[in-house]
Amino acid sequence: MSLDNANNYFSIDDILATQQRVPCKVEMPLYRLGYLDSSNEGEHLRPGTKIEMPYWMARALCGRRRNIVSVELPKSYKEGYREILTADPTVVDLHKLGPYFYRFGSELLKFEVPDTPDISKSLLQAFQGRIRKIMDSSQNAFHEDTTKLTEKLDETERILFKAGQCGLNDFQRWETRKTEKLTTSEMVRNHRKRKRGPEEA
Amino acid sequence: MPVGHECFIGKSEIVLKSKHLHIFAHTGLVVCALIYSVVISVSDVTFIFHQYERSATVAGEGGLFSGVQLRHAALERNKRCLLAYLYNRLEQIKKMRWEFGSVLPAEVKFNMCEQEVQWFGRYNKMLANYMRSIGGEGGMDLTQDLKPPKTLYIEVRCLMDHGEFETQDGNIVVLKKNTQHFLLRSECEHLIRQGILEHIVH
Repeated sequence: MSLDNANNYFSIDDILATQQRVPCKVEMPLYRLGYLDSSNEGEHLRPGTKIEMPYWMARALCGRRRNIVSVELPKSYKEGYREILTADPTVVDLHKLGPYFYRFGSELLKFEVPDTPDISKSLLQAFQGRIRKIMDSSQNAFHEDTTKLTEKLDETERILFKAGQCGLNDFQRWETRKTEKLTTSEMVRNHRKRKRGPEEA
Repeated sequence: MPVGHECFIGKSEIVLKSKHLHIFAHTGLVVCALIYSVVISVSDVTFIFHQYERSATVAGEGGLFSGVQLRHAALERNKRCLLAYLYNRLEQIKKMRWEFGSVLPAEVKFNMCEQEVQWFGRYNKMLANYMRSIGGEGGMDLTQDLKPPKTLYIEVRCLMDHGEFETQDGNIVVLKKNTQHFLLRSECEHLIRQGILEHIVH
């Protein structure tokens, strides 16, 4: 898992980020696809039906050239939530709103809705407001339970947090001359743990 | 409506759960079943396309385009999910070559499908050939000295019974649990990485 595979075809994170649902309105009839909307009785999806679609599907149906559905912003990117983010970005639980809040947000910019400039600005400001606290906590939590620190972080921020922790731990190990010790591979160790589990039970 | 038609949109989610579980928790059979079901959904969609072609003259072509577009997007999505799943598994297998060594534990092998076993064999062979071709006469083992070596010999403790071990100079050391030995670093590094020995530093 890393930050640079944002648009990688094989990236599981990217797939998960584009999986989230966006509210859409059907503009052109979609024949024999009535079952996509569970509250719909008919065989077809008629124009005017409101339906939540995964992002990737909405993206294929709504673009510059085609307008089979029209897209609305998900609640967490609308003005109300943007105001909360501007007020104090550090207290917002982005994991609950996201888990891929930034990534999904920047994907949403591809739909050219009137709010686009505001969203991009608010995403950037939220990130700038939060990064200092994340950096601080990741550099100072040594041998501690970090679940409390990371529970409100979006997936991208968690990667950053982990990178900071990794740097801190490596530095500490270097300082205490532990780097020269040869250790068991991590995969081998995890494999042993998993194996031991069922035998004991 | 052909059978299995409704599955073509839900399938991707199953693949993606692998991130939250362990991507290697699926056995080879599950992988094959997954591939099969996605391929089936693809052929279902092609079947629907043909149906569309037949009824196109009745309903007018413009109206059908949107449905085709949606199904095509779903198809591409399923393809992407499946490929990403297989690719990430392969990456995992590749990593295992470096962590476990050239022989994988039986339980891990059990979770691989036949094509993955073949792929692992080929990767093994390629790596071995490459390591033989570099570094002069005897080749060079890239899986050794992942950390810069400080001393020629190191002190190790056995964490489990491993039987007899023949060193390069012909001596035979019995690796019994809780015994300590002073061995050539290059010889026992892989045993440490496999968790049989523990490196003791003072």
